[in-house]
Amino acid sequence: MDGSSLTGERVSAPTKAPGDATPTIQRSTPTSARIIGRAQRKVDAVGKVTGHTRFADDIQLPRMLYARLLRSTVPHARIARIDTTRAAVLDGVKAVLTGRDLPEPFGILPVSQDEHALCPDTVRFIGDPVAAVAATSEDIATAALDLIEIDYEPLATIASSEDAVRTPEPRIHDYGDTGNLHKLIDLEFGDVDAAIARAHHVREDCFFYGGNTHLAMEQHAAVADWSADGKLTLWSSTQTPHYVHRALSKVLGLPPARIRVIACPNGGGFGGKSDPFSHEIVVAKLAMMTGRPVKVTLTREEVFYCHRGRHPTLMWIKTGVDETGRIVGMHFRTLLDGGAYGSYGVASAYYTGALQTVTYQVDRYRFQGARAFTNKAPCGPKRGHGTPQPRFGLEVQIDKIAEDLHKDPAELRLEHLTPANSLTANYLRIGSMGLGTCIEKVVEGSGWREKFRQLPHGRGVGIACGSYLSGAGLPIYWNDMPHSGVQLRLDRGGGVTVFCGSTDIGQGSDSVLAYVVAEVLGIGVRDIQVVTADTDLTPVDLGSYSSRVTLMSGNAALQAAERAREILARHAAAKLDIPTDRLGFADGRVFDVERPETDMSFAEAVQAAEAVEGTIGTVGSYTPPRSPGRYRGAGVGPSPAYSYSATVAEVEVDTETGVVSVARMWIAHDIGQCINPVTVLGQVEGSVYMGLGEALMEDMAYRPNRNLVHRIPSMLDYKSPTTLEMCDVVTYLVEDPDPNGPFGAKEVGQGPLLPVPPAIANAVYDAVGARIDEVPITPEKVLRALTSKQRGGEGRFGPSSFPEIPWPEATRVPPPWEDGDGRAASGERARGTVGSGGVRTSSKAADRRGGTTESSFPEERQH
Amino acid sequence: MASRKADPFSKVHVTLVVNSEPHEVAFAPHKTLLEVLREDLGLTGTKHGCELGECGACAVIVNGDPVLSCLVLGIACDGAHVETVEGLAGGPALHPLQECFADLGAAQCGYCTPGFLTAAKALLDANPEPTRREIEDALAGNLCRCTGYLKIYEAVELAAARMRGEDTEPDREILYGRQ
Amino acid sequence: MLRLPPFTFLQPKSLRQALKMKEEAGPEGMYVAGGTDLYPNMKRRHQEPKVLISLGGIRALGRITGGSGGSALSVGAGVTLTALHRHRRVRIYHPALAAAAELVSTPLLRNMGTFGGNLCLDTRCNYYNQTYEWRKAIDFCMKKDGAICWVAPSSPRCWAVNSSDTAPVAVALGAEFVLAGGEDQRVVPAADFFNDDGIRYLTKHPDEILTDIRLPPQNGWDATYWKVRRRGSFDFPVLGVAAWVKWEGALVADARIVLGAVASSPQPIPEAAHAIIGTELEDDAVSAAADAAFKPAKPMDNTDLTLAWRKEMVRTYVRRALEELRGRRRHVR
Repeated sequence: MDGSSLTGERVSAPTKAPGDATPTIQRSTPTSARIIGRAQRKVDAVGKVTGHTRFADDIQLPRMLYARLLRSTVPHARIARIDTTRAAVLDGVKAVLTGRDLPEPFGILPVSQDEHALCPDTVRFIGDPVAAVAATSEDIATAALDLIEIDYEPLATIASSEDAVRTPEPRIHDYGDTGNLHKLIDLEFGDVDAAIARAHHVREDCFFYGGNTHLAMEQHAAVADWSADGKLTLWSSTQTPHYVHRALSKVLGLPPARIRVIACPNGGGFGGKSDPFSHEIVVAKLAMMTGRPVKVTLTREEVFYCHRGRHPTLMWIKTGVDETGRIVGMHFRTLLDGGAYGSYGVASAYYTGALQTVTYQVDRYRFQGARAFTNKAPCGPKRGHGTPQPRFGLEVQIDKIAEDLHKDPAELRLEHLTPANSLTANYLRIGSMGLGTCIEKVVEGSGWREKFRQLPHGRGVGIACGSYLSGAGLPIYWNDMPHSGVQLRLDRGGGVTVFCGSTDIGQGSDSVLAYVVAEVLGIGVRDIQVVTADTDLTPVDLGSYSSRVTLMSGNAALQAAERAREILARHAAAKLDIPTDRLGFADGRVFDVERPETDMSFAEAVQAAEAVEGTIGTVGSYTPPRSPGRYRGAGVGPSPAYSYSATVAEVEVDTETGVVSVARMWIAHDIGQCINPVTVLGQVEGSVYMGLGEALMEDMAYRPNRNLVHRIPSMLDYKSPTTLEMCDVVTYLVEDPDPNGPFGAKEVGQGPLLPVPPAIANAVYDAVGARIDEVPITPEKVLRALTSKQRGGEGRFGPSSFPEIPWPEATRVPPPWEDGDGRAASGERARGTVGSGGVRTSSKAADRRGGTTESSFPEERQH
Repeated sequence: MASRKADPFSKVHVTLVVNSEPHEVAFAPHKTLLEVLREDLGLTGTKHGCELGECGACAVIVNGDPVLSCLVLGIACDGAHVETVEGLAGGPALHPLQECFADLGAAQCGYCTPGFLTAAKALLDANPEPTRREIEDALAGNLCRCTGYLKIYEAVELAAARMRGEDTEPDREILYGRQ
Repeated sequence: MLRLPPFTFLQPKSLRQALKMKEEAGPEGMYVAGGTDLYPNMKRRHQEPKVLISLGGIRALGRITGGSGGSALSVGAGVTLTALHRHRRVRIYHPALAAAAELVSTPLLRNMGTFGGNLCLDTRCNYYNQTYEWRKAIDFCMKKDGAICWVAPSSPRCWAVNSSDTAPVAVALGAEFVLAGGEDQRVVPAADFFNDDGIRYLTKHPDEILTDIRLPPQNGWDATYWKVRRRGSFDFPVLGVAAWVKWEGALVADARIVLGAVASSPQPIPEAAHAIIGTELEDDAVSAAADAAFKPAKPMDNTDLTLAWRKEMVRTYVRRALEELRGRRRHVR
């Protein structure tokens, strides 16, 4: 099968005859209605409901081989001997690989190039890949793995972040800030100690947020094909084809121009398919060695080992407030258990301190964060990337503060919202800010005032809020190029093809491209073909992470479409003999808005333009605005726009068992502007679902006393809520268009998860008076807190202390209202030399900027 | 007809009636129906998420009952009627369940969708007017990580109503949220 | 993708044929009914039979007979869990069993898994129900390929857990199991069918086939089953409580309380039963029974949720089960 036919799968060709194919919802809506904001099918919906959508594992190529990876069975060891002789001679085995064959390291962040496709000398967790086999069947490949002999020399195992703090040697990696602490951060915005000393009321609390994983339904799969002319094609279930492209080029030593990466539609991602992975590189190498296509499909257990999920995070928060509850000073510490590799971890660590300031006014703020290496599957970005953990701590602490002050927690929040169009203490620029409306919606909808502290024992309500980025303000590889690009091709038949590197992981990004272009050009969504996520065909989009795609590729599509409209308008206006500013584009027509009967079809407009100008195509691109922060670390947190969410949870707690069931959640989300409200609702409900799972049951559990094996790497034992655990959800979409978003749109994929766990924790307290200061909120924890309460104890379950950590000298940045200009007043020079072993980015732009005080992405400190 | 004394390494020759069409297919006796559908018949619409009966992604209908194709042997299905997602539409027009899943956003990533459609079809075949609770129970063997299930329930309810001949449109709240 | 190891698949049409095939296959042969327990285990290389003898084609195993008016009911071991819990007479006269069957795993799995299969369910342990590669990382365990029980490393025995929902109910009801083997047929009380050892968890000879489950006639008894687990579907029990009482007037004349998922076999707690015999199930009696059940229950750290919580739940759920029976009795009066 050739590549182009597979690419064709991604094109949203209508599968029904014209006439009977009008989606139901459009039938009841006037055809002149705007596309933006109207509920409609996704462009790939028909493929999804017919089974036609081709996921990576659905690809079958002639002569295809099947690969399997052999993974470490020990948590931390040197590889003393590896012998693949017996495997290599097994009938049907075509190639065997070990770490020696792929010596070049890789990693998603330039500062953490610490992974190898196959471990060359050291294994760092159970599941770390050490060898690979390609064979004529998966059965044979599996049998061959058992014939590979490995001798390990065990090394001491680091089981937790606290363990890593206590145990600097042996180091899991020979780089990082100190011992087994990969990353240490200390940022201070104003004199927090002084503010807290003067505060009316001070709280000091510890929280813990357990680790959990994405558990996308689709197991990762990849297919590689090598052509004798030296070209490689990789199809993969990846959210970030651009970064896979980079990693393949680096590790395989091939020029990027000879590598084509095609991201298949992802069967769920949630951040779990955002790193370049071993198996992708391995099948590429095996295809190069054998000259045959090679496929790998991970088992569910292997997906647990790929992980990159939520960092287990210990938190200590000291907050001082005035009489009204205004936060005059907040000191926030986090300790992240990063697992065995860097992944996005440096960014994750910064994110645990980045967004505390964007919901409620924080006058002075200090963040100290540490990320530890441990001998477990590597953590990384899961939906909300580094922010659900601190959000949990913050929102539960605010609930406690409100109680201390005898204030309604909803009112307290409303009174101290971060203002719209403002700059926070840590120099994040807030644009539109709809959190107040969100809180009002859920307070009213849930009957909060009649329920809070008034429901019978065992039933309770809790409120919490959250906010998330609509795309990271800076790229992973710092450079001056756009974050997203779109090309449009206009066909003389009236069809338009949108080319964009963005990757649809189920969130509907392909559809957003089509809706935006259709809206601008006034044509039907089904007249648009979408070609995405193919490094040969589509301009770069950085990937489906940080909730960036609607805003960034949407803006790029908007620009390309507006440019196309300008071209068409010029020629249509000439033909119709009217000024261009009187032209309208709607219903597949180009017309005089003053005399609509003077018109031509969209296709005729294309033809008119093409006759004069030749082939009609346009491009659009998007680069986020520069953020005002100028200190090191200011690169994590800025975004063109922030979404906001508020939720009220109503729970029932069985006081005899500790079982918590969530009856209903009311959630309001400030989306800016819905592009398609149905998909927005789907993201909100899905976020509530995932938040519910994290709050109550999902747990990436290991057995420290048994070789640090993953306790439950299966769909059965890793508890994901079923239909019977899912709560009822009432969703309010708050529209307050943000000037930076396409048509005003902001993100929705991640933000609505954030308030869910703390709202549930706060509701449990309202129900039974017990504080569960960690997630998951399991029956045993609730029961232990209740028992402690009955015995006159504090009625709480959660951590009680935060370890001593060798923090670096703080980077001190005066907040904007203390005459700050976004630059550090002190601390940076000293910190410039901390750390070693980072790998330089290949980007010249990054190198050029690296040493300056303006460098803001964390990687820059390495240069 | 399956040979009685199948050798573990030689293929068995089996007739499966898939989506109303008989298919003669030869495969090793230890292949599951999932593997036979996907690898021997090219029907990749049926998905897999665990291969251990723990997720529901591989659900297909065998002789009228929705089952887990990862835990059924192909050889045990000789002569059986198998319905997969590919056969749901049965012509150029979509099945009402497919229409409603598409319109209400019940399929996000779409990976669990074939399994849900299968389980939902079996439910509606047996019970044309299920309550919300009955839908939750019938779909309790299918995991979805994208939707939180709510849009799936709404799609099944809308499809059920239309299959009963009701001229029903979704509530505004289902499409636009509560005002 | 996890795949099955190769095997020869035999499809007998009669019990006699099946028994003969098994005899010929010897220890390398295994019976399979619904396959919902065996196939996942085979994919993880727990069992690696060279010959699989399917019981699916034996019509006699799929029958439900008797039971009209509450008389003894005989259920074929090959009846699917769905057919079992939907069967009218089972629902009317043995609602506890119907409930237990309906609580097994998921609707999809219940369409495949059989009553007999659930009774013969391999014991479970989260050191054991893992892939071959995972088990390698702990150097395997006593139940398969290894020497140690990681749940209790100094113990000479395996502590894998009987995780059947229908087994404790069958024991509590005093059901009888019919086994076919060779030329013989034998009938064993349900309680004697199980063995409290994670490896030798059944007294059934591997060549024997469980053919029928005989449920006692309805004559003034009542029973219930409560299942504790994390989620409302998919999950095996981390605790099952089957309670059976024989009423005489207002008094409990006889009782059986059987715990599931706390040992390698369904665990009858005679002390708990004694605590309610002769009582009206008043609060004190119920509490005494709950305490009596709590003491001997020894859940181990090899299932979901913590063992301390699961032990504590024995008390709570025995009480809830008995309160249900009491409520129903009062309601009937």
